[in-house]
Amino acid sequence: MDRISRGLKRMTMYLILIAGAVLFIFPFYWMVLASIKTPEEVFDLSLIPSKVTWDSYVYMFDRIPVWGSLLNSFIFAGGVTLITLIFTSMAGYALARLEFRGRDVLFSVILLTMMIPFQLLMIPLYIIVVKLGWMNTYAGLVLPVSVNALGIFIFRQFFRTVPQELIDAARIDGAGELKILFRIMLPLSKPACVTVAIFTFMGPWNDLLWPLLVTRDQEMMPLAQAATLFGLEGQGGQWGSIMAVTTILAVPVVVLYLFFQRYFIESVSSTGMKG
Amino acid sequence: MVKRNHRSAYLLILPYLLFLGVFLIYPILFSVWLTFHDWNIVSTDIPFVGLENYKRLMEDELFFTSLWNTVRFILINIPLQIVLALLLAVALNQPIKGRGFFRGAYFLPVVTSGVVISFLWAWMLSTDGGIINEVLGRIGIPPVPWLTSETWAIPSLAWVAAWKNLGYYVVIFLAGLQGIPKNLYEAARMDGASPVQNFFRITLPMLNPAMLLVVILSTINGFQLFTEPFIMTGGGPANSSLSVVMYIYKNAFQSLDMGYAATIGLVLALIILTVSLLQKRFLERDTYY
Repeated sequence: MDRISRGLKRMTMYLILIAGAVLFIFPFYWMVLASIKTPEEVFDLSLIPSKVTWDSYVYMFDRIPVWGSLLNSFIFAGGVTLITLIFTSMAGYALARLEFRGRDVLFSVILLTMMIPFQLLMIPLYIIVVKLGWMNTYAGLVLPVSVNALGIFIFRQFFRTVPQELIDAARIDGAGELKILFRIMLPLSKPACVTVAIFTFMGPWNDLLWPLLVTRDQEMMPLAQAATLFGLEGQGGQWGSIMAVTTILAVPVVVLYLFFQRYFIESVSSTGMKG
Repeated sequence: MVKRNHRSAYLLILPYLLFLGVFLIYPILFSVWLTFHDWNIVSTDIPFVGLENYKRLMEDELFFTSLWNTVRFILINIPLQIVLALLLAVALNQPIKGRGFFRGAYFLPVVTSGVVISFLWAWMLSTDGGIINEVLGRIGIPPVPWLTSETWAIPSLAWVAAWKNLGYYVVIFLAGLQGIPKNLYEAARMDGASPVQNFFRITLPMLNPAMLLVVILSTINGFQLFTEPFIMTGGGPANSSLSVVMYIYKNAFQSLDMGYAATIGLVLALIILTVSLLQKRFLERDTYY
């Protein structure tokens, strides 16, 4: 290939990549922009507002308990993440480093459970929540969706790389398995912890369907649900305030993403790779 | 090393297994049981109805409408996703500056809630003041009812879902591209192959595992379609964008028909499993060179 055609090729590639970046970033800019434009300007195509106003946020804060909903989202996503981290690291450790009867069968069964679509479980889970009296409670929101085989898969993978000598040394010092897990394995597996924490947190934070089933009190709703009901309640033409609430919903995860980009991409691609 | 049977291992797994039993295994069995019963969740009387729910499903036009909508969605969504993701992944795989930035940008919608993305695109696609129609208007194209016509509702949803997930598939394709041995291209160059030939004779066949993954994942994803139609179209107009999951939701929470909703859920799960196994069976190729 000669120099000119190579240069052309490179330019085409950059054009494609830049077009892609605009395609993915511009809508977010447009969303934030709408939330701070004046109502007269919202429908305008101008890319820079002539006047910035917080009226859309004020209007929206008047109608949904934003702080309470954010707190509910944190409890929902944080609770699921914490339970997943603890229980899947325990199981992952046992499956990676301890010999016991039925280990391989058990691991295969756990992997198989990843193939079960949520739609098969949602009706019975909803009924279980109702029968336990867990409607509109954090327990109902968090516990039924805290089963996550992928955590086991990732922890097991990571724990297998920890040198056996470290475990043996701890055993000689009389450490129990839980102590080995929390004092040796987990501190050595921070990337695995961050990966599991991130993909687990993202799920419930962004989820709509499950909260829709088990929370009906506005007081108990996570923000994704509160925002949806607010947006669908005929805010006819109030796009500014709908974009304001979706901006608030997007910000925490986007900030996390900017800080932990590598982990996000790795965690999500490892989700796929297990296929 | 001497094989040992660690009893503590069982204790370590126990909490997880308890969760698995209560919130996964039991619900599966419960779900199967529900499909043979008629229950509005309130009544204490839960009559056994045999295969009634399944019979009803086979005659339920609205179920088949929702299934067809979902399949149409998948058939538009997958090619759109593959072509665009492949294009961006190939461009990213060149020796270019700012790869991290571009990859990061494409991935942004993947981490953002479907709720955010649905409202955002509902607004951009809106017929009254949405930016897409405004821009089309400037170049003389009359407004398109993207979300409010039976023709456009599903294609629009398929586009929005593709936009949301594209970055994910770019990452998968990129990993696949980086796994292709460079010497294949060198050998092809010696034989005087053109870049287009390279792409179709080497790149595409070598990407088969990544392609398979993308097809299976987006099929599974597609059958679970809920948030986008729930927010953007409400399943309309005239049920033309009602998805299967929305239909389950309606049966369970608007008609309180738990047995029937569970039946649709079970059938949907079986469809997902069958289709992904078939795809694996027919799309998997051995690529030896």
